[in-house]
Amino acid sequence: MNFPAGFTANPETVEVDTSRRRFVTGAAGAMVSLSTGVMLMNMSSANAATAATGADARKRWGLLIDTNKCADGCTDCVSACQDENGWGTGSTDEANSRDEQKAQWIRKVTVKDKQSGHSMELPMMCQHCENPPCVDVCPTNASMKRPDGIVQVDKHRCIGCRYCMMACPYKARSFVHEALHDQRAHAPRGKGTVESCNLCAHRVDRGQVPACVERCTKENHNAMLFGDLNDPNSAISVAMKQHGGTEIRADLGLNLGVRYQGI
Amino acid sequence: MKKIVYRAVDGRSLSYWALLGAFGLLIALGAGSFFYMEHAGHWVTGMDNQVVWGTPHVFAIFLIVAASGALNIASISSVFNRKLYKPMSRLSGLLSIALLLGGLGVLVLDLGRPERLIVAMTNYNFKSIFAWNIILYNGFLVLVLAYLVTMMQNGLGGLTKTAGTAAFIWRLALTTGTGSIFGFLVARQGYDAAVMAPMFVIMSFAFGLAIFLLVLLVAYRGSERPLGNVVLFRLKNLLGVFIAAVLYFVLVQHLTNLYATEHHGIEAFILRDGGLYTFLFWVVQVGLGSILPMVLLFHPTLGKDLRMIVTAAVLTIIGGFAQLYVLLIGGQAFPLVMFPGKEVSSSFYDGVVSAYSPSLPEILLGLGGIGIAMALVTLAVRVLHILPESLADEVADPHAA
Repeated sequence: MNFPAGFTANPETVEVDTSRRRFVTGAAGAMVSLSTGVMLMNMSSANAATAATGADARKRWGLLIDTNKCADGCTDCVSACQDENGWGTGSTDEANSRDEQKAQWIRKVTVKDKQSGHSMELPMMCQHCENPPCVDVCPTNASMKRPDGIVQVDKHRCIGCRYCMMACPYKARSFVHEALHDQRAHAPRGKGTVESCNLCAHRVDRGQVPACVERCTKENHNAMLFGDLNDPNSAISVAMKQHGGTEIRADLGLNLGVRYQGI
Repeated sequence: MKKIVYRAVDGRSLSYWALLGAFGLLIALGAGSFFYMEHAGHWVTGMDNQVVWGTPHVFAIFLIVAASGALNIASISSVFNRKLYKPMSRLSGLLSIALLLGGLGVLVLDLGRPERLIVAMTNYNFKSIFAWNIILYNGFLVLVLAYLVTMMQNGLGGLTKTAGTAAFIWRLALTTGTGSIFGFLVARQGYDAAVMAPMFVIMSFAFGLAIFLLVLLVAYRGSERPLGNVVLFRLKNLLGVFIAAVLYFVLVQHLTNLYATEHHGIEAFILRDGGLYTFLFWVVQVGLGSILPMVLLFHPTLGKDLRMIVTAAVLTIIGGFAQLYVLLIGGQAFPLVMFPGKEVSSSFYDGVVSAYSPSLPEILLGLGGIGIAMALVTLAVRVLHILPESLADEVADPHAA
């Protein structure tokens, strides 16, 4: 199948919530204009302002992945995520950890039908469930869902119990087994805490698409589409209405934010 | 029936100090392992992103389950009015508190960020079974402590039945909560079964009683106090019944899974193809840990031999560890079924059975939990009036001549 026109447009222009951006900029400007003597107070009020507006509850960010366009052996989305978020080859960390202990936020999974032998590949990452089992089981609310549907871990609150890893049906989460030094400022990671794909929330909040989607599009694979599932006119909603979007383990009734075509 | 006199053990003998020293050593080794794992990070353990809960969790859950079971003796006395068990109630309550503290110690010290424990106390997600368990464990400690006070403080005896009943109901909730940690996990084939909660309750009966029996024997032998056959045989018969009940639940668990084609993969893994897990299930859990102790306990002559009773209790504990190892680690080693009926593979070990072998620090941390529990008991029987001077037949049995 083909995605509708507009899907391959410049990812920077996809569904940007400019009103929110203006508000945050305004809040930041107001903060800077105040005297440095009350800087700390300003920072906390700015945080409060961000928290108050926070992620836009009217939106539900999602991904649509066309497995027919996902080439065998291609790992562009994986390396984009590693570069962006500083794990795997994107970082010099986790040198002590065994391969089984190293974090993987996104991976390519090969799925082969036992009967026919038909084989395909797809990227697997946090599926950003509407009803995430990881959020249900987390004792401290560190595993949380933003109002815009992005599921992620508050690493300041995570105690490293790993119950979310036991509960996730997609093996989307990783535990950090050692101290880290080579990190990205926008993607903090920490020894003894759990982490996973957060749809590049830092980019989404800037109006950009996740790094994996950007790379997939830039390399002309066009297998990944990011957008607002709540907006019936968004490219992702139109594509899903036209050709459907299958959930992995739909039987669990989790209503996933990540959908697949061709599986 | 003679009046029961409780007296602290003397605790000046070499064997007392040797015992305390041994438990202290276990605690020291456990503490060393904790600092090592905490400093280096979990890469020094056998755990990874496939098997995320390892040997420490086997120890922790065993101790927590056994803790609620150890309270049974007191419950039978206070709640069900069986006089024979009354003299042992204090030890029963003490042991349950000690085992729970040992288990919680292991669980907490294995956290990725143990220094953030305060976060778990101040941020509750009321939908999380872990958060329920934090409340259940703390409540259990408070209730059993209060229960012990009513037993040991003059003038509060009238409250013992109320406190005992509350503790009994609470302990059932606690073990239901522990079983539900696994029972409510839909993601994994080996878990996700309602039978887990009642099975954990009945496992607690067996594990807790086996430990209670051994502690009682060591305490009475060590302090040279009389322990009659009436008490001993009653406890060992009860243990036999509990082991049979656990076996029944294990049977139901596997039969349910075997009937549903969906679960044939995990059943084939545990029962036939799982290597170590299959061995642990059939040989250690079922053979050595269940059938053999039942034979020993119910045999007309062997069942009256103290050495055989001790052997049976030890085997029950070993079988319990095997059961939890198979359940916990086997359940994680078997791959997640994301695409039913398909073969999957990836760089993240999808579709393959995960290899896990316990590392030394994990084992030592777990043993440290046992050290905490047993050291607490050893210290408490020396400073508190926990143990009756005699459990001889004429003291314990109201019907003895």
